[in-house]
Amino acid sequence: MTTESGAKTNLATANWSKVGWANLSWPVGGRFVSLAGFAVLWWIGARLAASPQFLPSPAQVLRVAWTALLDGDMPRDIGATLLRVVVAFGVSMAAGSVAGYFAGRSARANALMDPWLTIALNLPVLVVVILVYIWVGLNEVAAVLAVAIVKAPTVMVTVREGARALDPALEEVAFVYRLPRLRRLRWIILPQLAPYLAAAGRGGLSVTWKIVLVVELLGRPNGVGFALNLFFQNFNVAGILAYGLVFAVIMLVVEAALLQPWEQRANAWRRGA
Amino acid sequence: MPGDVALDVCIEAKTFHAGQATVLREVRFRAAPGEFIALFGPSGVGKTTTLRIVLGLDTAFTGRVRRGRGRIGVVFQEPRLAPWLNVADNLRLVATDGVPAPDIPTLLDEVGLSGGGGHMPRELSLGMARRAALARALAVTPDLLVLDEPFASTDPQLGASLATMTARWARRRGATVLLATHDLDQALAVADRVLVLFGHPATLAADLAVPEATDGAAVALMRETLLLRFPFLGTGEDRPAASP
Repeated sequence: MTTESGAKTNLATANWSKVGWANLSWPVGGRFVSLAGFAVLWWIGARLAASPQFLPSPAQVLRVAWTALLDGDMPRDIGATLLRVVVAFGVSMAAGSVAGYFAGRSARANALMDPWLTIALNLPVLVVVILVYIWVGLNEVAAVLAVAIVKAPTVMVTVREGARALDPALEEVAFVYRLPRLRRLRWIILPQLAPYLAAAGRGGLSVTWKIVLVVELLGRPNGVGFALNLFFQNFNVAGILAYGLVFAVIMLVVEAALLQPWEQRANAWRRGA
Repeated sequence: MPGDVALDVCIEAKTFHAGQATVLREVRFRAAPGEFIALFGPSGVGKTTTLRIVLGLDTAFTGRVRRGRGRIGVVFQEPRLAPWLNVADNLRLVATDGVPAPDIPTLLDEVGLSGGGGHMPRELSLGMARRAALARALAVTPDLLVLDEPFASTDPQLGASLATMTARWARRRGATVLLATHDLDQALAVADRVLVLFGHPATLAADLAVPEATDGAAVALMRETLLLRFPFLGTGEDRPAASP
């Protein structure tokens, strides 16, 4: 459920950016109608099921979410999950970007890394999580490591594309003028990689938090994934929906408030804004 | 700078396509510090290749290039400004440690872009962007200035005044200039020496000192002689050359 609603909203935002600002009223209205339709459908389904245990109504879920927010369990779990998401996201972005940069710049580095990349991209998430827990132990390092192993390869693929697209003409300018390494990185390379980093970051966040939930479900004593596991065991559908919804909303806000503006800024010089 | 040579170029051969096509053979020349050298030749003869070798951007050739230790300023055929930086920041970018901070307003004045420092490169016409690239090259106070047809696509009058300005600037600083150009009149007006690159593979077909500009008759004679020997030279237009 959480996964699906997250994917849907991501699709909606993706379309939104393509529609553009000229056509403002229709997308806003359309999205509102669509969202309302979803709530109505949910409500009808809950009425038909006629069982709050099986499918609680939207109002019931909101009530559960509100009490959970107030009694403190939910904020603590969400805080734990957010911390893991932030650390795992940072580690994956850093590792994936560095590896992707070198793979994009050097055919030899790419030849060395590409088979590993193929393996990593095709490993099922569960296999990674279980193996890392077995080998590293049921601890935070293992949790973050598992997420990074799953996430970093996709960052690497995106950044590698960016590194391959670096403009050799500007590279030559930097060479002739003997720009120091840091200045070259900051003012020649990073501006060209920024759109790719932003794309990797935006796509990366939603994937990261979904993996973190799986990692928590399998071996952490707190966090949203842990809570979902408890609710699963007592068949608490309202709790599952409440946690899932609240956390998805938080991630959407982070994406809309931080990552999207960053992506727009990273692309600004291209569009001629 | 070692001795009295700012630039010592000795290209024995430069081939493309794994040795299939030789484009340059036996291109040797030296430049004294402060000398202004114009490099001529029809389009595609290897002028840009020669400049890239001089700049150290192309190392796949037989021979060697010795440059003085100083800084290099370059204007490529395309402006090659960083599109995410405005003109002034593009100038500041190349002024690395050890380079005196460039006087950006004055530099922009000199290339005819007064007050244009705040513009983004995409807002400039090609001619304006080339002038910004020239200002950037001057911003590092180069000891060697390498110019690859920098005044193309500016109107002829402006091109001539920019060439004169560049020559005056270089003379004042004692900078060595290597200029690839099509425009014979412009080169005769500013250069101390004219090198003609010609043939397949291209060799140095002529290496002539330009008479003092005050000696109008001598300059005119040289112009006529060059035009007779190398009919592709002339008014900046490419004419397919008859075999020499």
